[in-house]
Amino acid sequence: MGYFLSSVARALKDVGTWGGLTASQMRRIGVESVPIALFIAVFTGIVLALQASYTFTGAVPLYFVGTLVGKTIMLELGPVLTGLALAGRVGAGIAAELGTMRVTEQVDALETLTYDPISYLVVPRVLAATLMFPVVVALAMAVGVASGWLTAVNLLDLSTVEFVRGLKLFYRSKDVWFGLVKSASFGLTISLVGCVMGLSADRGAEAVGRATTGAVVLSAMLILVLDAFWAVMLL
Amino acid sequence: MIIFREVHKRFGAKHVLQGFSLDVRDGETMVILGYSGSGKSVALKHIVGLLEPDEGEVEVDGGIVHQLERERLMALRAQIGFVFQFAALLDSMTVRDNLALGLRKQRLPDDDIAERVRESLALVDLGGTEERYPAELSGGMRKRVGLARAIALRPRYILYDEPTTGLDPVTSAVIDQLIVRAKHKLGVTGIVVTHDMRTAYTVGDRIAMLYKGKVRQVGTVEEIQRTHDAAVRQFIEGRPEAGADAEASVTGAAW
Repeated sequence: MGYFLSSVARALKDVGTWGGLTASQMRRIGVESVPIALFIAVFTGIVLALQASYTFTGAVPLYFVGTLVGKTIMLELGPVLTGLALAGRVGAGIAAELGTMRVTEQVDALETLTYDPISYLVVPRVLAATLMFPVVVALAMAVGVASGWLTAVNLLDLSTVEFVRGLKLFYRSKDVWFGLVKSASFGLTISLVGCVMGLSADRGAEAVGRATTGAVVLSAMLILVLDAFWAVMLL
Repeated sequence: MIIFREVHKRFGAKHVLQGFSLDVRDGETMVILGYSGSGKSVALKHIVGLLEPDEGEVEVDGGIVHQLERERLMALRAQIGFVFQFAALLDSMTVRDNLALGLRKQRLPDDDIAERVRESLALVDLGGTEERYPAELSGGMRKRVGLARAIALRPRYILYDEPTTGLDPVTSAVIDQLIVRAKHKLGVTGIVVTHDMRTAYTVGDRIAMLYKGKVRQVGTVEEIQRTHDAAVRQFIEGRPEAGADAEASVTGAAW
């Protein structure tokens, strides 16, 4: 892994190779991940609002529903649920694609054509994931909170004014950037793990399957570890 | 000139190359024969630095490949076209982009790249396939595109890894003709790894037999055809007696 990271650092200088490839990866990894991220956010917002109402009724003022929905989505569920979903979508996709390229000698072909596979394959994916995950998560946060608000207004005895009051009550800008920093680290981790596992595939379809499964499992575990790490470091 | 000097290569417990030595002269086409799994492709990959020897060295144009700095290794690779066994075309790209990939790295103007792509495809009789994807081509066509991709670079050397394996006899003969044509039109030095005797006799100036990790015999086509070496005779005549044992001893198969 150390050798791999030093290769990535060296490949970063090869802007001529990865520069033109990063935009298409940003579309594939970022833009095409938006639907699944928003789908998760909508239902998370609904459930959070209803569970908060269930918990608070009779004990805590109901406008705290807005507080719980906002805090939970921005600090935790937005980044982590999106990260776990994208570990499957993005991490598995990268590992399967690069693994297939490895076992069919396409990676060797790139090398014989004088390309550095790290510059050509790894850097664009890692950069795209690191840059685009916060964008996707920011959209998920907005949609999750909006979903919670719509639920509160339509299914609970709560007005928009009350929901927003709760949302603003303990809000800090750190809530947002904390979630976005986490999501950038998730993007970096998921893409790096996918690339390492894919390029490590040795022979045949079974190796590609192992690399893909391994990438998803390891990425999911690392997301949870990173989640705890950032909580300890920044909260 | 390409020189293998006492190259050893192991993969785990399997000692594939056991002191492989061979000289390939400028302008010739050298055929390396051997059983499946005997290490022919492994030897070929040492030339472009895709593999490094455990012992020994491979020299290309005076440089020891595994000792080259990255920039010099890239410069060496730019002189070498590699035709992979299963073509290894980038399947997300069209034929045109596959051929242009190496040329873009050489920073050629777009017009020159387009002309090289057209010429190279014409040389392998695949004009008009520029916009097709590898998945839309037959196995033989993919191999010809792989050859065109190598030719497009205008290399000094072309390395062919099993160029006719898995093809029907007619398509194999076409590939053989293209290898000969590439040599005559471009004047390249070639190394062809194969176990197809018709290919070996058609394209080879000299033939080397790789057996148990070493060169068993090297000579002209005529010398190989007249050989009295029992192992080489058995291979070139395709005689089955003790063949399984011979191959098992080479590949390490235990059955």
